[in-house]
Amino acid sequence: MKLHNQALKYLSVSIFIIVSIWAAIFYINLMDEIHDSIDDSLERDKAVILKKLQEDPDFEQTLRAGIQAAFTESNFLIREISGESARAARDLYTDTVMYLLGEDDGEPFRMLTTAFTRGGKFYQLKVISSTVEEDDLIEDLFWAVFWLYIVLLISVAVINNFILKKLWKPFYSLLQQLKNFRIDRNDPLPDIQTNTREFLELKAASDALISHTLDVFSSQKQFTENAAHELQTPLAVMTGKLELTLERGKLDETDAETISQTLQMVNRLSKLNKALLLLSKIENRQFTDDQPIDLNALVKQTAADLEEFSSFKQVEVSVEDIASVGIKMDHTLAHMLVSNLLKNAIIHNVPGGSVRVILEEQLLTVRNTAAGDALPADQIFKRFYKDAPSAQSTGLGLSIVQAICKRYGFIVRYAFEKKEHHFSVRFN
Amino acid sequence: MKILVIEDEPELREAIEISLKRENYRVETASDLESALIKIGSYRYDCILLDIMLPGGSGLKILDELKAQEIPGNVIIISAKDSLDDKIRGLELGADDYLAKPFHISELSARLKAVLRRKLSGGKTNLEAGNLCLDPANRTLQVAGRDVTLNRKEFDVLHYLILNQDRLVTRTALAEHVWGDHIDQADNFDFIYYQIKNLRRKLTDSGARVELQAVYGVGYKLTAT
Repeated sequence: MKLHNQALKYLSVSIFIIVSIWAAIFYINLMDEIHDSIDDSLERDKAVILKKLQEDPDFEQTLRAGIQAAFTESNFLIREISGESARAARDLYTDTVMYLLGEDDGEPFRMLTTAFTRGGKFYQLKVISSTVEEDDLIEDLFWAVFWLYIVLLISVAVINNFILKKLWKPFYSLLQQLKNFRIDRNDPLPDIQTNTREFLELKAASDALISHTLDVFSSQKQFTENAAHELQTPLAVMTGKLELTLERGKLDETDAETISQTLQMVNRLSKLNKALLLLSKIENRQFTDDQPIDLNALVKQTAADLEEFSSFKQVEVSVEDIASVGIKMDHTLAHMLVSNLLKNAIIHNVPGGSVRVILEEQLLTVRNTAAGDALPADQIFKRFYKDAPSAQSTGLGLSIVQAICKRYGFIVRYAFEKKEHHFSVRFN
Repeated sequence: MKILVIEDEPELREAIEISLKRENYRVETASDLESALIKIGSYRYDCILLDIMLPGGSGLKILDELKAQEIPGNVIIISAKDSLDDKIRGLELGADDYLAKPFHISELSARLKAVLRRKLSGGKTNLEAGNLCLDPANRTLQVAGRDVTLNRKEFDVLHYLILNQDRLVTRTALAEHVWGDHIDQADNFDFIYYQIKNLRRKLTDSGARVELQAVYGVGYKLTAT
């Protein structure tokens, strides 16, 4: 989820909660204020009515009329009550609903109930005043709050978008540069224009990390080269001297045999050394000359190069190109990948067997008739794996295949079907 | 033919020297950058075998110097630094070939011969041995004037053996040359043996006056009879 959307998510939830709480408090306060002011006016009404009643010369008449006209013609009601209830009575404000003439549904009213005495008799007085309809108020308030929320959300989204674009610009610029940064390309360190402390710190941290990685990379690269030099030169001396000794002649068969065996061991040693160096070079990404490769052409060329060898092993090699596969990688590595797979398929085969290379959409499959059973899929790509102890095999061929695939994010798989080994490489 | 060997490792220098002298080249040696610069300043060589990592500095300086002073001559870089950068730079600076250590004596001698022939023959690169005439450019072989058809690997084997005429070529060197630098060598030797067998038969059938001798079971030697 993008930063913008994340921020929006949290803000929308928070604003929702804040606005809801605010609406509830506002509503309670509003109702309180309304009741207060109605109660005050009821109080005034009461005083006016009582004054009028006390001064009324024709109280009995008024009283009767008041009882008859209760709430219809005037806003009050009077009735006689006993002395105990009058003494217990206090001013009481209540909400009530009344059905008035000409109205279908009940109207909410605020009612003040009080008591007074006149001429030794006790009376109860009820004064009413029309009040707000709470349902309508809640509904109005809800819609007001709802639209406020929507407007807030839209403003936040717009402002947020603007702020993110403006404030986070250095961040996105740095991110883009880091994405494109390649350690093996001697790229300059990423550069951003900003005064924001956090971004400056981020840049400092990424600079430190990159510099450290560059140091490690170059020292590893140097080690690779130094190791090559230190090991290859003695190996070159041994090879040269042994070959010269053999060439000089004057050796009896046993000595010649011994020297030739030693020479073979030296050769094996140099092969191993070269293969290990190659592996570390691939893993250190020292092959960087990526270029478009026509895999179909490369496979056919490799198959042609191995033609004499496959006919010697009595293995039929066929190439089926269902789709043309174009990939982008280092040419040396592409050649190594294809020839390792093909040569393996020819070697680990049976006389009269076959190798089928199938090129499909972004997929290379090499199938060959098997001499034995299925190979352990989790073992074969490990370094120094050999299916049979062979003095000539380094056991690094498939490790190199895997290292190359890993380097480019290709997926290499092994399967065994119908007495055939299947090696497939999927290019993404 | 005068060859200068610039190599700091004394044992290897000596081995190269012995091998080159066996082919009747005149050989001089230098063990560091300074003495090498003095030598190329004072004498002319037909070919220089140059190690890149030298005491006193990079061997690439020699190439710079040769170029700056417009000294003619061929250079083959022999380096343990099998790095692509060096190879490309070396070839850009005018080196003729690049050989990574460790190498087979026969490979060095074949490369040297190829470089010198390119320079001397003026386009004609045919190789001769006995009544064989091999044309590497067109990949054809004539025995006593008649064409003999070889498959590609047989041709490569014969080419390499002729470049190393009268010298021992080990099976390993042969396999490496024919295959390029292949890592896994399983089964290569049987294959080489098989190619040699076919080659022998074809040569005998066509009446070639050369012999393909097996030497101690480790390699082969081609001699004119």
